[in-house]
Amino acid sequence: MEIASETAKTLLEVLREDLGLTGTKHGCELGECGTCAVLMDGKPVLSCLVLGVEAEGADVATIEGMMQGGQPHPLQRAFADLGAAQCGYCIPGILLVAKALLDSNPHPGRDEIREMLSGNLCRCTGYTKILDAVEMAAKGRGDL
Amino acid sequence: MSRQGFSIIGKALPKIDAMAKCTGETRYADDLHFSRMVYAKLLRSPHPHALIRAIRTERALSLEGVYAVITGRDLPVRYGISPATEDEEALASEKVRFVGDPVAGVAAASETVAEKALGLIDVDYEPLRPVLSVEEALVAEGELRIHSWNRRANIQKAVSFEFGDVEQGFEQADHIFDETFFYEGNTHLPMEQYCAVAFYGPDGKLTLWSSTQTPHYLHRALSKVLGLPMSRIRVIATPVGGGFGGKSEPFSHEICVAKLSMITGRPVKITLTREECFYVHRGRHPVKMRIKTGVKSDGTLQAMHFQSFLDGGGYSSYGLATVYYTGALQTVVYKLPGYKFEGVRVFTNKPPCGPKRGHGTPQPRFAVEVHLDAIAEKLGMDPIELRLKQLVEPNTVTVNGLRITTTGLRECIERLAAKAEWKKKFRQLPYGQGIGFASSAYISGAGLPIYWNDMPHSGVQIKLDRGGGITAFCGSIDIGQGSDSILAYVVAEEFGVDPADVRVVTADTDLTPVDLGSYSSRVTVMTGNAAIQACRKLKDTLLRAAADALEIPADDLEFAEGKVRCRSFRDRAISFVECVQKAEAKFGTLGAMGSYRPPKHPANYRGSGVGPTPAYSYSASIVELRCDADSAEVKVDKVWIAHDCGRAFNPLLVEGQVEGSVYMALGEALMEEQVFRKSGLHKLPSMLDYKSPTALEMPEVETILVETNDPEGPFGAKEAGQGPLLPVIPAVTNALYDAIGVRIHEIPITPDKVLRALEGRLKPVSVPSFEFPPPIRWQPGEGVEVQQKS
Repeated sequence: MEIASETAKTLLEVLREDLGLTGTKHGCELGECGTCAVLMDGKPVLSCLVLGVEAEGADVATIEGMMQGGQPHPLQRAFADLGAAQCGYCIPGILLVAKALLDSNPHPGRDEIREMLSGNLCRCTGYTKILDAVEMAAKGRGDL
Repeated sequence: MSRQGFSIIGKALPKIDAMAKCTGETRYADDLHFSRMVYAKLLRSPHPHALIRAIRTERALSLEGVYAVITGRDLPVRYGISPATEDEEALASEKVRFVGDPVAGVAAASETVAEKALGLIDVDYEPLRPVLSVEEALVAEGELRIHSWNRRANIQKAVSFEFGDVEQGFEQADHIFDETFFYEGNTHLPMEQYCAVAFYGPDGKLTLWSSTQTPHYLHRALSKVLGLPMSRIRVIATPVGGGFGGKSEPFSHEICVAKLSMITGRPVKITLTREECFYVHRGRHPVKMRIKTGVKSDGTLQAMHFQSFLDGGGYSSYGLATVYYTGALQTVVYKLPGYKFEGVRVFTNKPPCGPKRGHGTPQPRFAVEVHLDAIAEKLGMDPIELRLKQLVEPNTVTVNGLRITTTGLRECIERLAAKAEWKKKFRQLPYGQGIGFASSAYISGAGLPIYWNDMPHSGVQIKLDRGGGITAFCGSIDIGQGSDSILAYVVAEEFGVDPADVRVVTADTDLTPVDLGSYSSRVTVMTGNAAIQACRKLKDTLLRAAADALEIPADDLEFAEGKVRCRSFRDRAISFVECVQKAEAKFGTLGAMGSYRPPKHPANYRGSGVGPTPAYSYSASIVELRCDADSAEVKVDKVWIAHDCGRAFNPLLVEGQVEGSVYMALGEALMEEQVFRKSGLHKLPSMLDYKSPTALEMPEVETILVETNDPEGPFGAKEAGQGPLLPVIPAVTNALYDAIGVRIHEIPITPDKVLRALEGRLKPVSVPSFEFPPPIRWQPGEGVEVQQKS
């Protein structure tokens, strides 16, 4: 996809304002909370700290692209089934960071999941059901 | 059919909006976009306390891309969440009372232009000396008076009560314990910043979309300040990206975008920066406390005298209720034959404090539970034994006139102690490791509305479509706790259908009956009861049609599995859709309303309105932690928590509320603090500096749900969203004492305090000397007789 945008705009602003992809949220716009995380070439980045122009030529994955062929990603299914999304505002960022983890390490331990998600703040869940959901998706079964 | 004859209630179902939230489809306020939309910014005071001599806006107005500039002159009507203390202006006109108090608003083509325009507004301030402590506030005179409407100094409200026989209680006590405590303020820090969008259309009607927990109260305030009848205003609460009490009153930015839209005729959006959110605040009050307790040698409580001193910040906000709440619920957990409460809330030149999860209760709960732990130790008793011997009983009225229906606290404590192996661990763990206990109670919805009226607290309307679709309309707003799902579960349970077949329309003042909002843990109990009433009215109609069609008496019919069927011969049935069509043919278009108002409360003294509720939830917690002797850092290893929620509608959601409460409690206990410099500036207004727990700090939590099936609750349910926060904070404190032998009487327990305590340098908390008003005296039995439901 090609888009013309002001050079001073962050990737977050390009996604939300120029492309209308409002699934990516923001909590501070200073790189402190992890809410605006997206994947750039498979790696998590804070879209509020990346300029749109820096994403030129990169593969940018947002929450809108996480469903494939109309089917939710196993992480999305696990988060929904376990009640890991309360207000849900931090969830797009967390899902993408969790996806990056599982893509590189399909069977992480709970501490590895904690470590990977430690840059994403969530005020509702106490992280418990989020960690459970990532574990469940990693196990690939729905009976956890 | 699952347990106890329910088909939906009790099942771990996904929330009805779960997938929308996991795919980025949920539209929060800042995700809204309209053509011709412009952006607003507010100019905020850099001074904690100053007179406004003049504001000149000409330069800002002439900037290219600026559509409108407003000041306090454009919005002169005062407002405030509590009708008794309407002391806020959308934009300060004569005086600013904290750093961040808004003085002007701009609407411009972009946020960048709006920001630039703020720099072109000239405000001539005459700085005044700021008041930053409770001690100064209590004696403030002259220019140190922050408001002029209150009677004395910077005292917003001072209250005093005496219940039962306090003097006699102390006389009969074998021991008297007298201690002081301090609970520092902290803030909600929802992930979503405040955001609102307003559009005043050519039809003369205003629509406001806002991330608010209380659309109805906002609706009233907009009408009052803007001078528009409520019938011309529509408030739509967008899905709230975290509230915790911080979005439960009308705010300046909401009123300003509405006014700016009225002036420009364009949609106007405002999104506050994270730094602004720290200044808007309305979070946990810093409270100093003194407790004097008389006990028998066997640990029986005889009398308690509790004092609280609340640092309220620049405006009243919910403060009137908060000061009462710091005293009201002390009596609901353990039996107290005599109780004296004195509380005072003062104004200071800091961001206003308001309600945060547990509203006014975590502070006294912390103090009381740490105090009891110390008493148990001095008496040589196990702290759990001391509590178990004097738990409040079900179906009783407390010494201050609060009506108890069910309590599962004994079961909570006993199961918790067994799970955590309390007896094996208490005072037995090696130095540096410890275990602590505390318990608590909380309201399932405030017994009275914020403004006095006789109308219902919650209304639900149900419409049946002839295709079998069910739509439930309710003013309640889902802030992540799952209130939309709860509404769908109740309706689905009643009609015997799948929750997926229920559509809910909520939080839109044009479409939905009033619900007072997502505060005071009220929604499940109140909307649940209203929904049941609406469903049952409609079911009566449907059953008459089904009875005719099936030639079976209506009382032998039931709604189940998408059918209306005979209870005895289940194959004699018609589908729900067919039943709806027959009923519509017979009776016309199908719909019904239900509403709910809490029961009257027994007490009748002035001030008795804060504390009553349909039913109290109960919680108990055990915390196990370790403290490094060199760094004094505390690491929580495990939290066990038992919560009496009446009935778990959906155990997943209840556990989620409990786990979230434990998390927020740990943040408050160990790190979170809203603190200010002498200049009135916030010390830590960013998510990096304001420490909150990450996934790394969060321990494993084991939740035990206790069900007491309360007669006041829908299907027996009580609250779950706030109560479980309360016992965790004192349990941490008590566990730390077990670990290293020091009692910290200040929250948060940061390593510097632990080190000072270990070195014997942590001074006791000093409380101000203050003469409270003469007490209102009340004896149990003086009030109104209230019948218990069976």
